[in-house]
This record gives sequence, C-alpha cells and structure tokens, in this order.
Amino acid sequence: MSDAKYTVGIDLGTTHCALAVVNLEEGPRARSAVVRVPQLVRRGEIEARELLPSFVYYATEGEGDLGLPWDTSRRFAVGEFARERARETPGRVISSAKSWLTHTGVDRRSEMLPVGAPADIEKISPVESAWRYLDHLSEAWAFAQQKGSAPPLVEQQIVITVPASFDAAARDLTIEAAYAAGMEDVTLLEEPQAALYAWIEQNSNFRELIAPGDIVLVIDVGGGTTDFSAIAAVENEGKLELHRIAVGEHILLGGDNMDLALAHRVGEKLKAEGHKLDRQQTAALAHACRGAKERILSDDSIMSEPVALAARGSQLVGGTVQGELTRDDVEQLILDGFFPRVAADAVPLERARAGLRQMGLPYAEDAAVTKHLAKFLRLQAGAGEKLLGREGGTLNGLLHAKSVLFNGGVLKSARVRERLLATLNDWLGADGAQPVTALPGADPDLAVARGAAYFGLVRRGRGLMVRGGTARAYYVGIESPAPAVPGMAPPTIAVCVAPFGLDEGSPPEVLPQELGVIVGEAVEFRFFGSTVRRDDVTGNELEDWSDDELVELSPIAVTFAAEGRDAGDFVPVRLRASITPVGTLLLEALPLEPRVPGECFKVELSVRKDKADE
Amino acid sequence: MGPGTAEGALQLLNLLQREGRLVDFLQQEVASFSDAQIGQAARVVHEGCRRTFLRYLEVEPVLKVAEGEATTVSEGFDPSAIKLVGNVAGGAPFRGVLRHKGWRAKAIHLPETLGEHDFRILAPAEIEL
Repeated sequence: MSDAKYTVGIDLGTTHCALAVVNLEEGPRARSAVVRVPQLVRRGEIEARELLPSFVYYATEGEGDLGLPWDTSRRFAVGEFARERARETPGRVISSAKSWLTHTGVDRRSEMLPVGAPADIEKISPVESAWRYLDHLSEAWAFAQQKGSAPPLVEQQIVITVPASFDAAARDLTIEAAYAAGMEDVTLLEEPQAALYAWIEQNSNFRELIAPGDIVLVIDVGGGTTDFSAIAAVENEGKLELHRIAVGEHILLGGDNMDLALAHRVGEKLKAEGHKLDRQQTAALAHACRGAKERILSDDSIMSEPVALAARGSQLVGGTVQGELTRDDVEQLILDGFFPRVAADAVPLERARAGLRQMGLPYAEDAAVTKHLAKFLRLQAGAGEKLLGREGGTLNGLLHAKSVLFNGGVLKSARVRERLLATLNDWLGADGAQPVTALPGADPDLAVARGAAYFGLVRRGRGLMVRGGTARAYYVGIESPAPAVPGMAPPTIAVCVAPFGLDEGSPPEVLPQELGVIVGEAVEFRFFGSTVRRDDVTGNELEDWSDDELVELSPIAVTFAAEGRDAGDFVPVRLRASITPVGTLLLEALPLEPRVPGECFKVELSVRKDKADE
Repeated sequence: MGPGTAEGALQLLNLLQREGRLVDFLQQEVASFSDAQIGQAARVVHEGCRRTFLRYLEVEPVLKVAEGEATTVSEGFDPSAIKLVGNVAGGAPFRGVLRHKGWRAKAIHLPETLGEHDFRILAPAEIEL
C-alpha cells in the first residue's frame, strides 16, 4: 500500500471535480500538480480540462453512443458535454448530486436521480452519482497516463475532500462511492483544511503569517454552497500546531443563486420593454449575467454592461435581445443582497423545520451570507476556549478571527472579499481590535484538489498538519423511561454516543446506557449531531435542546443477524463509537451477552431502504 | 494539416458557430438592419468567437512593434510574413512605418474527434419538444 507512487487529491465538488497529484518519489522537490481530465466536451469531441463539471447526461434512444476513447459504446456522458445538455434538456441530467448526499430527508442510496426524469432513464442514487465521477476520473487518469503507463489511479494513495459540514452519514456514503470505484487506500479530508494546505504549500513562510493564539476563518462560497470553518494556531512544547476548532452547517447558497438574482432583474427590465423570455432564454440569461457581473466587479470604471440574449434561430441580427446590467444592479443585488453589512447579532431567516421528510433540496431561506457568518461566529464563540484558555478567541460574544482564507468561485471577486472583510471588521473592531487580515489564497477553483494532494506530503512531515477529531458530537435518541401518558408518544432523550473532537487515535467510547435490539429486524434509532456542544461526554443525556444545539440527522439502524439466536428475541446492546483511519465515524453494537468474545455488529449510519418496502 | 484539408477548417467553423454564432451571422443579409441591431448581434458573436479563439488558437503578431512606429526590415525576410507597400525600391534593409502588425498562428489545438464524425455539420438543427 505504501508502494503507491502518488498521492492523488480529488475535489468532488458540487459543480466541478478536480484532480491533483503529488509524486511521492520526488521527496523534497515534490509539488502538487493539477491533472487535466479528458472528457466529452461536445458530441464526438474530447478535450482534457482542469475541471470536470459534476454532471451526468443520459443519451436518448437514437442519439447514438457518447463514446470516449476508452469506451466507444457508452450511453451516458460525464463532464462538460453533460453540463451543456443540462441547460438544454434538464430532465435527463444529474447535477448537484453532492448536495443530495447531505440531505437527511431522503434515502441517499435510493435510485432517485435525476429528479423528475422521463421514463426511459434508469435512475441512480446520489451515491452512485459520486461513484460515476470517481470512475470517470480513474478512466481519464489511465487514458492520460498511457504514455508513462503509470499504475491505475485506484492503486494510489487517495485523498478525497468533503465539506467540513458533511455529517457522519455523508462521509460514509462518500467512502462507499470510493470503494465502489475500486479505490482502496482512501482518506477523507475536509475542504477548508485542504484549502489551508494549498495556502501553506504556496507560502513557505507561513509560520510568519500565523502565530500561536491566532484563529484562521476559512470562508468558502462556491457555485452552490457556503461553508465556514475555524482553525486555531497554538504553541505546544515550542512547536506551532494547527487545530480545526469549529465548522458551520452546510448552507445551500452560492454563486448560482446570485446569477439567478441578476437574471431575474434583467429579465424584469426586458419584460417591461415588451420582450417575453422562455425557459431556455432565462437560463441563457443567467449565464450571460455571470459574465457581465464579473466584468463590473473587476473594474470600478465600468458603469454598465450589455447583456445580450442571442436569437434561438439562425436570424441573429434583429433577433438578439439586449438588456443591461448596471453597476447599481450588481452592487444592490450581489453586495447588498448577499453580503449586506449587518450587525453582529443578525439572525438569518430560517424556514420552519418541515420534519425530516423533505423532497426537494433544502436551499437556504436567507440569501445573506453575512447573516449566516454572524450566526456561525456567535454560535462558535467558545470554540477556542479549550485550546486558547478562558475567553481565548472570543471578542464581543463572537469567535475572534485573526485572519481569513477565502475559497470558492464567488470569492474570486475582490469587491466581494472587501465587503466580507469590511463587515467582519465592523463586528470585531468595536473594541479597537486589529482588522482581520486576508491570507493570500491559491486559485479558488483548484486549491482544494491541490491541498488534498499536498496532504500526502503533510502526512510525511512536510508543512504542518491540521488536527481535529469529529467536527460534531453525535447523539442517539432513546425513549425516556418516564411513565407513559396514554395517547402521547414518550419523549426522546438524546444520549451522547460520540463526543465532540473524538479523534482517530482516541480509545473507542462505549455508551453506558443499554439499547434494545430485536434479532432479525432492523431497529432504527433517531440520530442527532451538534456542532456547538463541546463539553458533553459519552453517556450524557439531554432532555431538551434548541434547534441550534442539536440537528436531527438520518436515523441509524442496527440489524442483528439471527445466527445462534432466535429471530424475534430481544437483545440488550451497548453502542461503541470510534473514528476510523479513513476519517469516518464507526458505530458498533456490542451485545451485553456476546455469543463469541468480541461479537459486534456495525450500525448503519444512513438507513438503507429495504427493497421490499418500495 | 496540409493545404486544402477541409476537416480542420470545418471543425473550427463548427466551434465558432457553436460558441459565437459566426455562421448565423455571416449567412444573414444585414443591409436592411440598423446599426444598433447589427451591433447587438456583433457583441454576441465577438464574445463567443473570442472565447473560442483564446481556447483553441494561439495567435501572435508577426511584428511586435506598435502600429504607426518606424521599423526596419532586414535582409532575408519572409515575403509571405512581411509585405512591403508604397515606395519600394532597391534591396534590404528597408526602413518604413508599420501599418499592420500581422498575425501568425503560433499553435492550434483542435479537440480530438472520435469515431464517425460528419465535419460538414456546422450546426445541428434544433427541435424543441
């Protein structure tokens, strides 16, 4: 396993995937390098590009094969061509599969994508979609390496990045997709940490830029998601150490929402002039607005940009509709709409939790990224306490960030970065504290993949490793033993099964409370996570909690095979939690009276729907 | 790619049509339209074609001198790369004013095509269901 020549970093993004490598045999000279991914970009045309759009398109009957050099009779396409077709034939394309992996309201292994697809399409699950992207990356690697004949991708040391906000089940499913793709040596790495590693690789003087006591806030706003993380620097026995101390919830809000908002504004103006736009044109308008927006945000002297909608037919002249995007539109809608300068106590609107069963993706109710940031900094105000001492890292009831690392396509815009920094400085500067500094980041599109590849060197002593166990504490729901009231369901108590910060090296935690399992049946338990409760130890019971404290996740399930026991028997078990070297939470059920020493059963984190139930 | 090879040329036209609607633009009679209408279409064509250019071609000036500046052409110059106009007499070196810096295609990387590919299709007919 350690004969692997390369560490391969894979960014499995919501809108794009990227691939980077580090050649371990190069020793001190080793540097991360991006690998271009060959993909179908047009019917019958293949190109190697730095990004692989996360889309899968299914050919229609009669469309012919979407062949690749390594599979000439393929009936589906992954990448740029699929993304094009997503605009043209949305019903036949899978997109945002990654967002579905975080959706606790659906069975993530069920064949549900594309949502609303026509009958001739064989749907696949979000897990299988992830597998498809990984498979494509493997095949593309083999094709690109032909000249050098390097061993297959699946035999290398693989590091796959996941959002820090991914819960235990989403991580498990990502690993499942990796194993399905034939990968063996896989580790998960959190995206903000990968971004920080990319920064460390680019800045060999990083020890001068991060001092003990500093907290680095990583702000990642991509096409579809917004993620916040905090990493603290401390000194331990004279050496600098980095610890990931806080993560936020996964927020479905990003650049795509911004482009749609602009398209809506321009669309309204065109409608007022008497132009009617159909669905295709509205989609094309969002795309056109993106370009105009980028030009306005990158040059202060530009007051407005034309936004042209080409005719759909061949009569281009006279058939083109032209709208206008003004600086005011952009500043109002993007800067004030998504990054308003709000107060530190601003609260984002939240839709009432509709219970677990939600069909569509849970898009953020409030579009203001700064409000979500304020909430994160408030909720995590105490995150630095343990490491930095009493009150360490807190200022005015907020987590006190010293520097900021930006990541994600949206933050390529200097104006957006300025606005975020200005807002942060409003909050933190109230007591004359120093303004936050922005760490000069690497390429926001490729930093995560590069950082993941570079992690292969970090594991061997290069740079500095970011520590931190689970970013959440996990809880199992048990029925309260209080006397039952007829007609009312007994209340649930949440029992901590894995404490915050449980690390790979830590001894496994065993829950003192017993749970009852029925032999031969899948017994489900409610499952919760908290990014805020840091002091609970295994066995702590909570009778009451706020929505901010505990978030309900997919139920977990224990199935005891009958062997040696009678089906239907009631068996008391204890739960044991540990973190695997891969980076996932392992929950096991240990019977109080094992049939054989060491008998234990794996607890399923993302409940698999029984085929019989469908 | 030798002279008269239609395939590469057709493929490039296909790309320029796909990204920049160039064939639509050239196929249309524009005399009866206003400058504003032609201008609006020209923006679309320019944006898309330019993107295609930058992606698939590397084009550089033949002479890296500002147009309007004096320049000297030495002996042994390539007459297909540098054209002399005006008061041309005698031999090199020639001294004159650069009117057009020229263009040279440094590189062209057209996408690889797979299998049967009808290069004559510059744009498929589009039917909405």
